[in-house]
Amino acid sequence: MRYTVQRLLQAVPVFVATTFLIYVMVWALPGDPILALAGDKPLPDNVLAELRRHYHLDEPLLVQYGLYMAGVFLRGDLGETFTGQPVGELLADRWAVTAQLGATAWVFELVVGIGFGVLAGLRRGRLADTLVLAGTTFVIAVPVFVVGYTAQIVLGLNLGLFPTAGTDEGWPGSYLLPGMVLGSFGLAYVARLTRTSVVENLRADYVRTATAKGLRRTRVVGRHALRNSLIPVVTYLGVDFGNLMAGAVVTEGIFNLPGVGQQVFQSIQLQEGPVVVGVTTLLVMIFIVANLLVDLLYGVLDPRIRRG
Amino acid sequence: MTVHNRARGAAVLLAAALAVSACGGSGGSSGGTGGGTGGTGGGAFSVALNEPDHLTPGNTSSSYSITVLQALFDTLVVVDAQGKTQMRAAESVSSDDQQTWTIKIRQGQKFHNGEAVTAESFADAWNAAAYGPNAWTNNYYFANIEGYDKLNPEQEGAKPSADKLSGLKVVDAATLQVRLTAPFSQFPITLAYTGFAPMPKAAFTDLKSYDLKPIGNGPFMLDGAGWERNQRITTKKFDGYAGPRPAKSAGVQFKIYASRDTAYTDLRANKVDLLQTIPPASAAEAKRLFGDRFVPTASGTMDYLGFPVFDKRFASPDLRKAFSMAIDRQAIVDAVYDGTFKPMRSLVAPLVPGYREDACGEPCSYDPAKAKALFDKAGGLSGTVNLYFSNADPSYEQWMTAVANQLKQNLGIADIKFRKIPAADYLATLRAKKEDGPYRNNWIMDYPSPQNYLESMWGAGNRMGWENEKFTDLIAKANAAPSMEASIPLYQQAEDLAIAEMPMIPLWNWQDQAGYSNKITGVAIDAYSPNLDTISVK
Repeated sequence: MRYTVQRLLQAVPVFVATTFLIYVMVWALPGDPILALAGDKPLPDNVLAELRRHYHLDEPLLVQYGLYMAGVFLRGDLGETFTGQPVGELLADRWAVTAQLGATAWVFELVVGIGFGVLAGLRRGRLADTLVLAGTTFVIAVPVFVVGYTAQIVLGLNLGLFPTAGTDEGWPGSYLLPGMVLGSFGLAYVARLTRTSVVENLRADYVRTATAKGLRRTRVVGRHALRNSLIPVVTYLGVDFGNLMAGAVVTEGIFNLPGVGQQVFQSIQLQEGPVVVGVTTLLVMIFIVANLLVDLLYGVLDPRIRRG
Repeated sequence: MTVHNRARGAAVLLAAALAVSACGGSGGSSGGTGGGTGGTGGGAFSVALNEPDHLTPGNTSSSYSITVLQALFDTLVVVDAQGKTQMRAAESVSSDDQQTWTIKIRQGQKFHNGEAVTAESFADAWNAAAYGPNAWTNNYYFANIEGYDKLNPEQEGAKPSADKLSGLKVVDAATLQVRLTAPFSQFPITLAYTGFAPMPKAAFTDLKSYDLKPIGNGPFMLDGAGWERNQRITTKKFDGYAGPRPAKSAGVQFKIYASRDTAYTDLRANKVDLLQTIPPASAAEAKRLFGDRFVPTASGTMDYLGFPVFDKRFASPDLRKAFSMAIDRQAIVDAVYDGTFKPMRSLVAPLVPGYREDACGEPCSYDPAKAKALFDKAGGLSGTVNLYFSNADPSYEQWMTAVANQLKQNLGIADIKFRKIPAADYLATLRAKKEDGPYRNNWIMDYPSPQNYLESMWGAGNRMGWENEKFTDLIAKANAAPSMEASIPLYQQAEDLAIAEMPMIPLWNWQDQAGYSNKITGVAIDAYSPNLDTISVK
């Protein structure tokens, strides 16, 4: 319990530092976001000045940051996009989409990744193992957008197995294909990690002891070897949950899912400070919580960590 | 003991995963039922769109917003497929001196909320757009109406001394009188721009929510949730519509896409009925797949290569002409835009009245030998030549690379560097005149008049820093001409002057490519409007 509280308190300085850094970085981007609002058309100077005033862009950096933070903590106001939408409302709309996509991808890489990994590890050197190794190498080597567009054209358009884009069908229909594409990269890592870990543990002394005691093989593998093999995998899966949220940028773009990733990409291009800071802060929180959960899970998997 | 712990761990994990997917699941399905979905059934169809920025007519110049606004609003006049001005919400727009204009508004028209469309609806909308502190994008379009400076004081931070344009006079419900700061023969055609659309009284009680649920006077009205950002905008046929173009379908749903490639994939999958922006790279494939349902439309958009005339290295007109003649426009268009764009030898687009196909003549023809001779005669160039463009679209870098190669090959310029600038910074760079080499310049037409191109890009305070008194005089004379017809020869003379000195080279004219599903008929897209009212659902 104390451990948990301690970890949560550590998150506070991380939170302040991150938001400030992000704010500085967005602010430091070259260019004038207001000037770009009207495309190639001219905006009169007094209109430009009015817009800059509205978004506090005429203030020094520290004042801007101060005003923003005051808004967040005093009024719960996360700022406003250049099209006049409150950022809080925008995130509420978009967060659900990314969470569904991330969760789908995560469950996919967890179930299929561990499955393949265990299969390959138990049948080391045989056909199944070779196939898993070759397949995962391929997935890691090919960029996500290639996998994404190919899956969209072949599975979505030509075979009609999945919707091509959008969220019209809701969860799970609209999220299965993007989730698999997003999860494919992590899946490959999980499978390879699990395989190596399983192979190593099968050679360990305690497994030999267990076998020597006369335990059945299913029990030796399922109870002893697998459980220890999962520790590095859990670490990876925990960190990767945060990665998935951030990595949704490309996938959400290809499949036209109006999620946080897509938003952050657009907002960086437009230099919309409040949106970028808001989204990044939430990502930071997710990373912190995911890491916390991983640390707590260690204890479950390996009592030695908990007691030490 | 350990068995317990492990089971608990797994249960927590599973619960977390389920919770996330469950809450999302309901969100997704409610979105699906909310808006008549995907354009199937019920006599409605769907149109692919990028996210608009605003939907208040005075506050957007985004082409995506305009597509929606053209369905929701009837402007005073429109430009037909032949480029001729036609009355729509107006009965007539007339003037004796080209400076005081009288607009007669057709009676019996209603807004979607039942309010009558009167002269006041236009005056209110224009005053709001012209009022500086509102900071609306189209503010600038009202600058030639008398009293504009009172609403937009020059001094930074100064309070405007008026909130209504003194040049607008509501004579009666059907008559609006507009007094301009100078004679302007093109005034009627500018009224086709959606920035001049009317707004009902109801709009001004809450402009913020009006931006999400605009109330117009057009054949379609917003339905249900209105603008669901980044997802859809649902409209239905307006039954109280009394204008000349009632909707032939039950409604349009705009489906919002983040990428046009995805929108194109959805068009192929029959998930969306109309897409106006098929990516140039997919033009050949779309032609094959859609046959008659592939519609190329000439567009008013032009690309140019501008020179920093204020920089003495580029001060010679001969040198600038040499650049122009060293560029093989056709080859670039074929390679980068799959031959869909049209190489130009005119400063204005073909669909503009007064367009001459070969206005430019030799200086815009590809002739490497003559180009090199002219280049040498002008004294050549020393040092690095920097080419400026933004990173907004990858094709800009592709064609700039081709231009660089041709300049190297044909003019012998050895040292060419690219200045690829973030999109948000590009205009700021040009505005501050920080460029020291040729730059990409693009123009999207507001209304089909040579004035829109010539005065906006070559007129006073232009980006090139080019100054020519005769040009300015000719434009002023053309603006004061007694009619549109009489103004054309004067604009053409001005165009000739701009070509003779060539501060900016015309490159090519864009083409839009639309495709539509076999569910809809009556598609009559032209360069000025998608004309969604003419479309019916099979």
